[in-house]
Amino acid sequence: MTDRVAAEPQEAWRPSSVQLERDEWRRRRTIRSAAIAAGSTLFLLGAIGGAVVSSPGWDRVRETYFSWDKAVSSFPAVLDGLWLNIRVMVVCWILILLLSLTVAVVRTLRGPVAFPLRLLGTAYVDVFRGLPLLLVIFLLGFGGPALSLQGLPTSPLFWGGAALVLSYSAYVAEVFRAGIESVHPSQRLAGRSLGLSYGQTLRHVVLPQAWRRVIPPLMNDLVSLQKDSGLIAVLGVTDAIRKAQIETALDFNYTPYVVAGVLFCCLTIPMARLTDRYARKKGYHGAGGHL
Amino acid sequence: MSTPRHSPPPLRSPEQRRGDPATSELLSLKSVRKCFGDNVVLRDVDLTVEPGQCVVLIGASGSGKSTLLRCVNLLEVVDDGVITFDGRDITDPRVDGDDVRSRMGMVFQAYNLFPHLDVIGNVTLALRLVHDVPADEARARGLAMLERVGLAEKAKARPDDLSGGQQQRVAIARALVANPRLMLLDEVTSALDPELVGEVLDLLTELKGEGVTMLLNTHEMGFARDVADRVCFLHDGHIHEQGSPEQVLGDPQQERTRTFLSRIRAS
Ligand SMILES: Nc1ncnc2c1ncn2[C@@H]1O[C@H](COP(=O)(O)OP(=O)(O)OP(=O)(O)O)[C@@H](O)[C@H]1O
Ligand SMILES: [Mg+2]
Repeated sequence: MTDRVAAEPQEAWRPSSVQLERDEWRRRRTIRSAAIAAGSTLFLLGAIGGAVVSSPGWDRVRETYFSWDKAVSSFPAVLDGLWLNIRVMVVCWILILLLSLTVAVVRTLRGPVAFPLRLLGTAYVDVFRGLPLLLVIFLLGFGGPALSLQGLPTSPLFWGGAALVLSYSAYVAEVFRAGIESVHPSQRLAGRSLGLSYGQTLRHVVLPQAWRRVIPPLMNDLVSLQKDSGLIAVLGVTDAIRKAQIETALDFNYTPYVVAGVLFCCLTIPMARLTDRYARKKGYHGAGGHL
Repeated sequence: MSTPRHSPPPLRSPEQRRGDPATSELLSLKSVRKCFGDNVVLRDVDLTVEPGQCVVLIGASGSGKSTLLRCVNLLEVVDDGVITFDGRDITDPRVDGDDVRSRMGMVFQAYNLFPHLDVIGNVTLALRLVHDVPADEARARGLAMLERVGLAEKAKARPDDLSGGQQQRVAIARALVANPRLMLLDEVTSALDPELVGEVLDLLTELKGEGVTMLLNTHEMGFARDVADRVCFLHDGHIHEQGSPEQVLGDPQQERTRTFLSRIRAS
């Protein structure tokens, strides 16, 4: 019990020669390993680069896919399209989180009273996980406006977004459900034993723990949504991909697609790094140590 | 869920807490039965706990001690029998279980602290959510309770960063902070070294002095002898013998009790 042991004076400690020798060895090994890793990576990249550049078709490929002038001239249009992707993604993501969390909670309800709700939740998840996203986009994108429902817009952007939300929520609901069920039942018992209601236990005990565990898979789905938001281009929505397509059609130079690809990566990569940091900071981890 | 179920129980003096001797028992179990599938875990359990008393359950591993405490806390639904608490039949399905549980404090065998909350968050959660205590008052009461179990300086720590004995004491503080009418303690001494067993014993003795009623189970016979007003020996889900610690532990009447005790002493 550390809290009952008087702290030893800190100044007294000097690393022993054994410890100094160990530290020195670890330091040298770290430097050597880093040097080997850097060297082999550089070699590999160099080899791949060399092979590509020295290939017979390289000059033509460089002209059609990596034309600097074309990149510069198409950049504003593609960037403008990307802005639409970003907005679609943000709005859809918020709706997806709300819908999927609701479905996940409904699917974890117990007791016969909740049976119809559970059935509905299960049916929804089964159907929308089974349907290819592109099919849902076509069905809703062309069928939705045809319904001319009162109060609902008929724009392809709206229906394309609705297709993304419905399709993705089915997947994300399963992620949430796995997270909820991964919280040990004893945590629920502890919450209830304090007098918290079912809902309070869910809200204050189970969901905060589940949430932390599902952040990495959720992030994965968010990155995936970012790419798939480009699929609504098939409905004629002018997003980054559609813009790139239009630019390409001018002179059959495919550089705008590469520009769009680079821009998509510029969005997703920082986000992935950010999540890693968040998960590490918020995560509680047992005595992992250096292992 | 949104409306306050009741105001926080006022602090009572020991005399008041012990209640009117005429309406004696605080908790009573009559012919309680509990099964998990075909496994009959509790059968015909009769037990009473009077206000201010400390009743200790002993028995081999798997004899149903934890299950009995969970049934009293309404975390399990009994299959037969009646449990009355504070003069009310709490096995009646119309009873608000959350309200009953909010008036009991439960310490789990594995502590079950909330890993996503810090220590003070664990201790004050029920005060804030169930007893509608304002945040700053809840904090003050939580800190006072941590002070009492000797962990005030760990208020900001995460449960995972505490030693087993420290987690144990946080769990006791969490259960105690809302002034429960009855404390249920499942193996409070299982994770502790002998010195800490003594500390928890002191704490429980102190609580007893304040009139806190306790139902607990333990494998520590010395602990049982020191703290118990009554000892109940549970075997295969049935209470085979109960009485004063001197009688049950010192001069057991039943063959089973003698066997159990001699095995424990031998180990
Ligand atoms: N949730 C459950 N589902 C099924 N069986 C259970 C459940 N909880 C307990 N049991 C069974 O009930 C019996 C009694 O368990 P219990 O936890 O009450 O024992 P115990 O006396 O507390 O033992 P220990 O001293 O080891 O803690 C065991 O046979 C156990 O397998
Ligand atoms: Mg037990």
